[in-house]
Amino acid sequence: MVDPRVSIIDERMRDIRKVIAVSSGKGGVGKSLIASILGLTLAKKGYKVGLFDLDFTSPSTHIILGIEGVQPKEDKGIIPPKVHGLEYMSIVYYSRDQATPLRGADVSNALIELLSITKWGKLDFLVLDMPPGIGDATLDLIRLIKKAEFLIVTTPSQLAFETVKKLASLLNGLRVPIVGVVENMKMNQSETIRQQTQKLGLTYLSGIPYDPNIEKTIGKTNRLLDTRFAKKVEQIVPSL
Amino acid sequence: MHEWALAEAVIAAAAEAAEKERLKEITEVWIKVGELQQVELDILEFALSQLKTDKFKNAKFKIATAKAELQCRVCGHKWVFNKETLDKDAAEAIHFVPEVAHTYIKCPKCGSPDFEIIEGRGVWLESIKGAK
Ligand SMILES: Nc1ncnc2c1ncn2[C@@H]1O[C@H](COP(=O)(O)OP(=O)(O)OP(=O)(O)O)[C@@H](O)[C@H]1O
Ligand SMILES: [Mg+2]
Ligand SMILES: [Zn+2]
Repeated sequence: MVDPRVSIIDERMRDIRKVIAVSSGKGGVGKSLIASILGLTLAKKGYKVGLFDLDFTSPSTHIILGIEGVQPKEDKGIIPPKVHGLEYMSIVYYSRDQATPLRGADVSNALIELLSITKWGKLDFLVLDMPPGIGDATLDLIRLIKKAEFLIVTTPSQLAFETVKKLASLLNGLRVPIVGVVENMKMNQSETIRQQTQKLGLTYLSGIPYDPNIEKTIGKTNRLLDTRFAKKVEQIVPSL
Repeated sequence: MHEWALAEAVIAAAAEAAEKERLKEITEVWIKVGELQQVELDILEFALSQLKTDKFKNAKFKIATAKAELQCRVCGHKWVFNKETLDKDAAEAIHFVPEVAHTYIKCPKCGSPDFEIIEGRGVWLESIKGAK
């Protein structure tokens, strides 16, 4: 018995130039916000961009981007709808934003299913919003999408940065490219995380300040792009 | 109509398997389709016939279906998935991503969504036959 879906994934990814997995060892560090704003920023610069929310049990990017009332089209597969300039894919199309309790094997299965039926077409960038941690989604991504590159998000906390080291060492061991590290929710000008990142031989992509006003912009894409947060995310683009 | 995407996967997987077994020609492709995904067999068969490459020109596609068996992890109750118990939207969502069954289906005995899909989830390539 062979799972046939795995055999078609390369073909589905063929016309995508770069796949950027926004990931972290710890939860709540800002991956979804960064992935969403990075997607919007790249689209605004004229790139063809897809955004795929891979946090199946707690999807957030549709809320950040205020996406509602759209569904993919069916044409010998699934064609993600274009929203705010992004080809947008999420399990919420199928879970109708209700609780979807999934065990690890289910997460894998859903990921393989969506990767094998989604037709992205030609893209410059596919941005993936990953669930936290080094779990099923991360391992499957490494196994199934050979061209995936990781963008690792941390906070200034040593607790978060310790997980960056672990994730980076796993990825390095497997020769998976790491775009670099983004430090989010900075409260001061400390250079510690920058130095530690460089000591690991990784690129420090950007330091994003803690912005108490970001909450008010959630769901409003124009206002999201007007924040300091977005300006700092834009700094990542030349390194991609 | 996303059966086409699944058919493409079957053809790609069968071609890969044939490559491994060094088969020049494939004569039979055995496919198992689980009922949870509610694949339209007519469309799947038609798509397979349209997508097949040279290697498959004499191939017969043998499709068997399997009941979807679910078992509750909390109380151990086993039951068979029945599409008729779902509304149309839920059934369609499960058709695309069978895992969202955990959103719409609960254990009929204890009400838990924590069940295992023991058998009959989706499309499997069971085996191929061919000539070297
Ligand atoms: N720079 C920032 N300033 C202020 N609030 C922020 C900042 N970055 C993220 N947040 C807030 O922190 C919370 C977590 O952000 P987000 O959901 O993007 O994190 P995540 O890493 O995706 O979380 P999870 O691991 O649960 O997926 C959100 O409420 C978000 O609005
Ligand atoms: Mg998130
Ligand atoms: Zn039960």
